[in-house]
Amino acid sequence: MSNNTHRPPRGPLGGGPHARMTPGARPQDFKGTMAKTIRFLRSSLPAILIAFLLAIGGVVLTLNIPKVLGNATDEIMVGLMKQNVYDAIEEVCQASGISPSDYLTMADFLDAVPGGSQMIENIPPQYQDDLLGTSLQSRPGVDLEAVGQILLLLAGLILFSALLSYLQNFLMSGVAQKISYRLRDQINRKMNKLPLSFYDKTTHGEVLSLITNDVDTVSTTLNQSLTQMITAVTTLVGVLVMMLSISGWMTLVALVALPLSFFFISRIVRRSQKYFRAQQEYLGHVNGHIEEMYSGHTVVRLFNGEERSQQTFQQLNSKLYSSGWRSQFLSGLMQPVLGFVSNIGYVLVCVLGGYLTIRGSITIGNIQSFIQYVRRFNQPVTQSAQIMNTLQSTAAAAERVFRFLEAEEEPDTGKRALPEGGVKGDVTFEHVDFGYTPEKTIIHDFSTHVKDGQRIAIVGPTGAGKTTIVKLLMHFYELNSGRILLDGIDIADLPRHTVRGEIGMVLQDTWLFHGTIRDNIRYGRLDATDEEVEHAAQMACADHFIKTLPGSYDFELNEEASNVSHGQKQLLTIARAILADPTVLILDEATSSVDTRTEVLIQQAMNRLMQGRTSFIIAHRLSTIRDADRILVLNEGDIVEQGTHEELLAKGGFYANLYNSQFEPTDEAV
Amino acid sequence: MPNLGRSFIFKLLRHLKNYVGWLLLAFVLLFGQAMCELALPDYMSSLASEGVAVGDMGFVWRRGLQMLLISLGSVVCAVLVGLLAARIGSGVGRDLRSQVFNKVTSFSTPEFDRFSVSSLITRSTNDITQVQMFCTVLIRLVFYAPVMGVGGILRAAAKSSNMPGMVSTIAVSILIMLVLIGVLMAIVMPRFKRAQKLLDHLNLVARERLSGLMVIRAFNTEAHEEKRFDEANRNLTQNHLFVNRTISLMMPIMNLVMNGVSLVVVWIAAVSASNVADVGNMMAFMQYALQIIMSFMMISLVFVIMPRASVSAGRIAEIIDSPVEIQDPAHPQAVAANAPCTIQFDHVSFKYPGAEHDVLHDISFTARPGETTAIIGSTGCGKSTLISLIPRLYDATQGKVSINGIDVKDFSQHDLHDLISFVPQKGTLFSGTIASNIRYGNQEATDEQVRQFAQTAQATEFIEEKPEGYDSPVSQGGGNVSGGQKQRLSIARALAKQAPILIFDDSFSALDFKTDAVLRRALNTTYQDRTMLIVAQRVSTIMNAQQIIVLDDGEIVGCGPHRELLKNCQVYLEIARSQLSEEEIEHEQ
Repeated sequence: MSNNTHRPPRGPLGGGPHARMTPGARPQDFKGTMAKTIRFLRSSLPAILIAFLLAIGGVVLTLNIPKVLGNATDEIMVGLMKQNVYDAIEEVCQASGISPSDYLTMADFLDAVPGGSQMIENIPPQYQDDLLGTSLQSRPGVDLEAVGQILLLLAGLILFSALLSYLQNFLMSGVAQKISYRLRDQINRKMNKLPLSFYDKTTHGEVLSLITNDVDTVSTTLNQSLTQMITAVTTLVGVLVMMLSISGWMTLVALVALPLSFFFISRIVRRSQKYFRAQQEYLGHVNGHIEEMYSGHTVVRLFNGEERSQQTFQQLNSKLYSSGWRSQFLSGLMQPVLGFVSNIGYVLVCVLGGYLTIRGSITIGNIQSFIQYVRRFNQPVTQSAQIMNTLQSTAAAAERVFRFLEAEEEPDTGKRALPEGGVKGDVTFEHVDFGYTPEKTIIHDFSTHVKDGQRIAIVGPTGAGKTTIVKLLMHFYELNSGRILLDGIDIADLPRHTVRGEIGMVLQDTWLFHGTIRDNIRYGRLDATDEEVEHAAQMACADHFIKTLPGSYDFELNEEASNVSHGQKQLLTIARAILADPTVLILDEATSSVDTRTEVLIQQAMNRLMQGRTSFIIAHRLSTIRDADRILVLNEGDIVEQGTHEELLAKGGFYANLYNSQFEPTDEAV
Repeated sequence: MPNLGRSFIFKLLRHLKNYVGWLLLAFVLLFGQAMCELALPDYMSSLASEGVAVGDMGFVWRRGLQMLLISLGSVVCAVLVGLLAARIGSGVGRDLRSQVFNKVTSFSTPEFDRFSVSSLITRSTNDITQVQMFCTVLIRLVFYAPVMGVGGILRAAAKSSNMPGMVSTIAVSILIMLVLIGVLMAIVMPRFKRAQKLLDHLNLVARERLSGLMVIRAFNTEAHEEKRFDEANRNLTQNHLFVNRTISLMMPIMNLVMNGVSLVVVWIAAVSASNVADVGNMMAFMQYALQIIMSFMMISLVFVIMPRASVSAGRIAEIIDSPVEIQDPAHPQAVAANAPCTIQFDHVSFKYPGAEHDVLHDISFTARPGETTAIIGSTGCGKSTLISLIPRLYDATQGKVSINGIDVKDFSQHDLHDLISFVPQKGTLFSGTIASNIRYGNQEATDEQVRQFAQTAQATEFIEEKPEGYDSPVSQGGGNVSGGQKQRLSIARALAKQAPILIFDDSFSALDFKTDAVLRRALNTTYQDRTMLIVAQRVSTIMNAQQIIVLDDGEIVGCGPHRELLKNCQVYLEIARSQLSEEEIEHEQ
């Protein structure tokens, strides 16, 4: 029941407006996805097949247990009946002074004694032949040897079926884990091959959810539901065969309960789903309100909004309560109602079985085993309803995974090699047109030539798309038209690795990972020695602060890298870029969130880094802007102006306006 | 911690006391259900031995009918119990949720720091769901299983009085099963806990991959990243495999034990049964044995969910028991409505709880009505902490913050907050519409006023661009509004409150220079009689303030207007140098 509630609630970051892979419980193409899944399973098919055979074998063995147990019961029953009849005979004999051993068999005695046949009249006919042939030479009893043999067979069955069922589980968990490993592995490889534009349309949450939730769903289904399905079907068929082998009429009576079960299940499910949905919805509202009020706690307090918020909460909470208990009650109804239906079958079977036994067509042991079969029959029926649900959500999960794996990859067709001795760092933009989406071009016919060693400042208001130029230069995105040349070579003709090897990048949004400082710096060039790492840190003015940390270069950064300050993070990324030693450099200048002293260090480090390299600086500081060889002014993604500080000021356009607004005197109000 | 949690769970179960009547009823019904279920095998046994074995079809019919009635009784009880359990469980959930929510709402900022918002959210949502589920399970299992177990044993003992060894067979099988489950759990548990860590690690690696997409490609380290992921993937897979393979021993073992019991029971019957009735008893006994074993399994299930629920219970109890640090005074001072306010800091020091050093040290200054007091300094120097002492988000550790000579601690918090319009650093919005967010500052504001406040906050341009204007929906946490727009709206919201004190906690950082400048000009012309405090990082934002306080490492290192500070405050000069051009500084000097 609770299977579909396990997916963790998606936070506000879960699905943006561009979410293409909105998760849902229902797949769009059930058949196609199943076919793909089976194709993916190909290498594990032998193991799955063996597991299926083991499952079938296990079920067949298990199904024989009640029957064999029934045989043992019958053996005891017959023994005891013989004993009872013998005791009665002995009583009669004692009264007439003879010994039972005077007669060879019970039949002899009953024939000889008047009214003897009445003694066994009430005993069901199928036992009577057995009784008549019983020897009267000694007091008969339960044939322990026969029972023992039956039980020995039973013990074998029990052990063997347990063994088969474990082997099958063992195999299937292997398959399931292998599949989830392979799925994750393919996702892993795929992640690097997808263009950045893919990630613009897909949130991180969605990709993470693929790796954990969706792969897990697929593997759990493989591990449990798949074999469950096989055992359910085998059990159903097997039980039917066993029941029919005991009595056709009893089977018919037992099956009467079946449509009744279906009827109740569907009624209950329909009603409870209504309330379940309502419950989920109100739970969402309640949790949403909690999240919102807690995150905005300061605002709530400062605006005296506590009471308002509590009132809203009370309302939502009581709605949740009333839909919650209804949904819980209805879904809990399934168990007792099905139990009752199965009890009706049970009673009917007992009565009919009793009648048939008295008539002589079956034995008591048969009733006992039949009852056990009836109990087993209901389980797979209810199970299969659940399994269908699980398969639906599995197909939906698998569909998301395959859609990711089949997404179009970034083409890497560039074949040209760089000239011997490397490049100088001369960069040309030639009539570049670009847009993140085909509908909206944001850069129109942009051309500029940057000689090696020059500094270019990129300026513009917040959100003007200053990083776009960077992304194009790194060949993260494809141009709509035009070319970008590095030392006269179109970067589209170069392998992506080659382009990126020549260009270094220090972004403000520093990216550091959970690991030591040393490893984080070495990320710039993975084969760098410890000395090179430390030298780079010195160049980046990071050496000093690193040495004050416990463990120095082996200091471990935590998950959010929040155990070093923002400015220090920036120094580390600069050190990384120094280590990488690129020809062309892209820098994102620190804004104001850094303390003054670190800011000076960063400035120094950046200057050192820029020496002798072509540099593109996303600039915030006036001095940087004015010292630049050229300024690119961006607004709403487009490059609206370019030139030096003086040229642009003289032009009196967007830049001049931007510049003036920053330092415009506001004296009139003072 | 789990031990602590277990005692908490009982404490939380006190919430059940509102439902004592229902609980008692549920208990009676459960007892009835158990009795019905236990009676069935008995009836079947007599149906077999007294009816079938002696060929009395009339008896068979009567017994059959009785069995139907009994199972009807059982299902009626079960359904009613289900109803009660659902209502009690949901009721406890509702009560707890509401208690926790109200408590958290009453928390002051230090408590929020201590728990962290995300932890408070999980405690109020997931943890409560856990406890609620546990309650429902508890009602159904903890009452039912023992009745079934004990009743089953009693009846089974009665059925086997002349067949020695039957009851001990059950005892032994239960023992074997519990030991096996215990051993399996002991083997699996450590790996199980590790599984969570390994999954977290895989998640971490994947998250780093995603957040570093550009960096990874820029440094050509794709292969390195694939290797890291693969390692995490391999470890996780291996651990999962071990856990799954061990756990999958469970079902075969259960079946083995249950079938084994049947086998032994039949053997004992074969050896010791003395008459036909014993066969019926044996058949009944086999069913009792299964019921007993099942009820023990259910009880052990409770112990499996218990640790999880008790951890949750402990986390909830921590909230409920947490004292609230900032309290209203017993006899609050009255507030003069809308009178101009002079704010005075008198040798104020502040230290976060548990910290060694003061964040603020010996701060004294006065902010006067009609003037703008600006606070500048590097990150972490204590600017935001300083202004948060005014609305008592925190209380000063030493010294006194006063408004018009009255200590802020002597007002009721409600009255104090009425005096202050505050724009927090992070533009927090609530779900609703743009208008409802502005009205959060003043619910009575007319449409015209709302528009005016938006105008002053420079928000009209983007609001009116939207097709629905002021009625445009704002999603939870303001997810559909950009950072700068959020700040402008939260400024409009604060303006709507029209309080005598106006505080901006670095509220201009997400605005571009141009908007920043226009907004400040609008504020200066519209709100002249207010006491204004501005925390800022940009010199250009505050250089026209009447009083600029320069903070460095928690201490005031300069105080005065821009020009004066350029001359006599080294720290201010450094900040200015890094942001303004030399000419501008020289021009001012």
